[in-house]
Amino acid sequence: MIAEFGHFVLVLALAVALVQALAPLYLMQRDTALALPLARRAALAQFILVLLAFLALTYGFVRSDFSLAVVFANSHVAKPLIYKIAGVWGNHEGSMLLWVLIVAAYGAAYAAFSKTQDGFSARVLMVQGWLGVAFLAFLLFTSNPFARLLPAPFSGQGLTPILQDPALAAHPPLLYAGYVGFSMAYAFALAALTGKEDGQDWARRMRPWILAAWVFLTLGIALGSYWAYYELGWGGFWFWDPVENASLMPWLAGTALLHSALVAEKRDTLKRWTLLLAIITFALSLSGTFLVRSGVLTSVHAFANDPERGLFILAILGLFTLAGFLLYGLRLPHLAADRPFQPVSREGLLLVNNIFLATATVTVFIGTIYPLILDALGMGKISVGAPYFNAVFAPLTVPFALLLPLGPLANWREGSMRPLQNKLALAAGAAALVTCGIMLTRGAASLMVMALFAAALWLFFGAAIDMAQRLAPYRARLHKFWSLPASAFTAPLAHGGLAVMLLGILAATQWREEAVVAASPGQQIEIAGVALRYDGLREVDGPNYTAEQARLTYMSGPHQGAHLYPERRFYEAERSQTTEAAITTDLIGHLYAVVGEASGDKRVLRIWYHPYVALIWLGAVLMALGGSFALATRLRRQM
Amino acid sequence: MARLLILFVLMLTPAQALDPGEALADAALETRARALSQELRCMVCQNQSIDDSDAPLAKDLRQFVRARLLAGDSDAAIRAAVVERYGEFALFRPPVAPHTLALWAMPLLILLFGVVMAWRLVGKSARQNTSTPLQ
Repeated sequence: MIAEFGHFVLVLALAVALVQALAPLYLMQRDTALALPLARRAALAQFILVLLAFLALTYGFVRSDFSLAVVFANSHVAKPLIYKIAGVWGNHEGSMLLWVLIVAAYGAAYAAFSKTQDGFSARVLMVQGWLGVAFLAFLLFTSNPFARLLPAPFSGQGLTPILQDPALAAHPPLLYAGYVGFSMAYAFALAALTGKEDGQDWARRMRPWILAAWVFLTLGIALGSYWAYYELGWGGFWFWDPVENASLMPWLAGTALLHSALVAEKRDTLKRWTLLLAIITFALSLSGTFLVRSGVLTSVHAFANDPERGLFILAILGLFTLAGFLLYGLRLPHLAADRPFQPVSREGLLLVNNIFLATATVTVFIGTIYPLILDALGMGKISVGAPYFNAVFAPLTVPFALLLPLGPLANWREGSMRPLQNKLALAAGAAALVTCGIMLTRGAASLMVMALFAAALWLFFGAAIDMAQRLAPYRARLHKFWSLPASAFTAPLAHGGLAVMLLGILAATQWREEAVVAASPGQQIEIAGVALRYDGLREVDGPNYTAEQARLTYMSGPHQGAHLYPERRFYEAERSQTTEAAITTDLIGHLYAVVGEASGDKRVLRIWYHPYVALIWLGAVLMALGGSFALATRLRRQM
Repeated sequence: MARLLILFVLMLTPAQALDPGEALADAALETRARALSQELRCMVCQNQSIDDSDAPLAKDLRQFVRARLLAGDSDAAIRAAVVERYGEFALFRPPVAPHTLALWAMPLLILLFGVVMAWRLVGKSARQNTSTPLQ
């Protein structure tokens, strides 16, 4: 009954979305005053209906209603409650429902919180309505989450054990909140292209939404990377896998968009580029979810290898992207000209930032699709993997990081770095000193690696100077944190976070230590200056798995006497196994132990020391925090 | 669906590199072996290098690479030997060749294009500034 109710409200939601998409179009010709209230109410109603459907499906998962096909295929009674709930989006149909829910949520949030009463708002909601129609139709016609099985099976097939993990339960909602958030950028761009509002106005209204989307996407990607690090069994954190690339592209483009929208808002220039970027960012978000899902790129995330779904997806992607580009092309000649500006100024440096980010986006794009194109043209099968991306990204990162700190320090309009000469020299000196220190203590690495270290350190010290500059007027009340302007933390945290992440990546990849041994109980293993003793193996039972658990004891160092318990888990219902690494944290370095297969009467142990590795995700969190401060600045101003 | 699920699980099988005793005693050779292994694709895995994979085929190839290194082969010769066996698909870093020229040149071209476009925008603004003096 509940499932049929869910299906029914989903159909209603489609009807409401159709109203939201069509009615403003009709009313705007006749009675403009009516268009907005109608679109608003439709957006709110659509959200409530989809939310009800989502709750109905969640109920099915929690109650293990195996008469529902998705629950049967992806759940099991013996699964902890949190993974029953996370199972809702651990499959194609449910994750599409989550996607639709987030589309509707953004529309409803805009309807509820946008104060301005004008045709622009009605047009934004109208575009959101069209998106709702497309995805609800996709859901209902090709991926109905409420399809029943007759007769109902007694037991479910379970959720892939590797997905039964807290980080991975939160990964899809965050990622989708990011991807879908950029639909707001698209809606704003289309609304701007069809209206007469000037650049400063639409850019100002667009920014909080893309900031929110960017923060979510940053956290979503970081969480996925952290999950891969501790779950896939050896401590890799980024694989340049097509799926990861698909999420990185909208992130890079979205980062460029954040900055160009800032220029459009403050200086009334780069408007055309910002509009184009908004359309591109959303197109990349769409392909991020859908091309990956449609099975064009073979990938672990491809649940939907169904030609009908693939075609539908491609149609949605093509339609929205083409509509965006077409409108852009048609309206471009009518857009107000960009205001001219000086090369050495904040807007000039932000333009340089955009050039680098656009280059990075294109690089990831080319690297991801080049093998497909070559194969389609019959020109041979090649692979483009991590070594390619590392080889291209390293030389791009150095100049990017060197120029980055200058942007926030420069003034709008007419910048000169001269007043800051001394402080910049200080940052450069500090970066050079630390780089030399690294070379002396760790030995010199390749020139490129040292250049990356130096550039990342310069970026870090530059961000520190920026923060000091911004807080200087408030020196007397630094202890009253909440009275300080949030804008003083925005750029320093975001840019400093990037520096921290780069340093983490460099240190963790350069100084990683590894020990692989076949050990018998009592044997000692030396790694990273500490001795570990292998104590043996025992069987343990989890809620829905059994595990072989090894015990390692620290024989020296600050953790002396502490134990590590790496596991190999066997999931009965799903008939598969996972490895659970045991990790000891030394503030920012990790000792990472994995138990492997038997080797005669011995046991293979793989132990790594990953120094500074936590900086990678700390950096991502700092970046997201910087974005949140920017959002807070805006919200505080509006209230 | 079940087949898909199995495929899905297989793809996600945890990666565990090197087995005990595989590493070479000579540290310099071992460093080269690791660097090479990271550039070679495991042919039966999902986007994993032979250095990251625990597939038997990856292990064979790791041992092959190390044996050739011990025999004194250059990195290029080993890569060529792998390509001869498995094709260019086995290289994660494609060689610079006519059919990969676009791949390698594109990032630089885009960067240059961006710089030229920006230059024109700023140049135009400078001209406009001189032709229309401030009031």
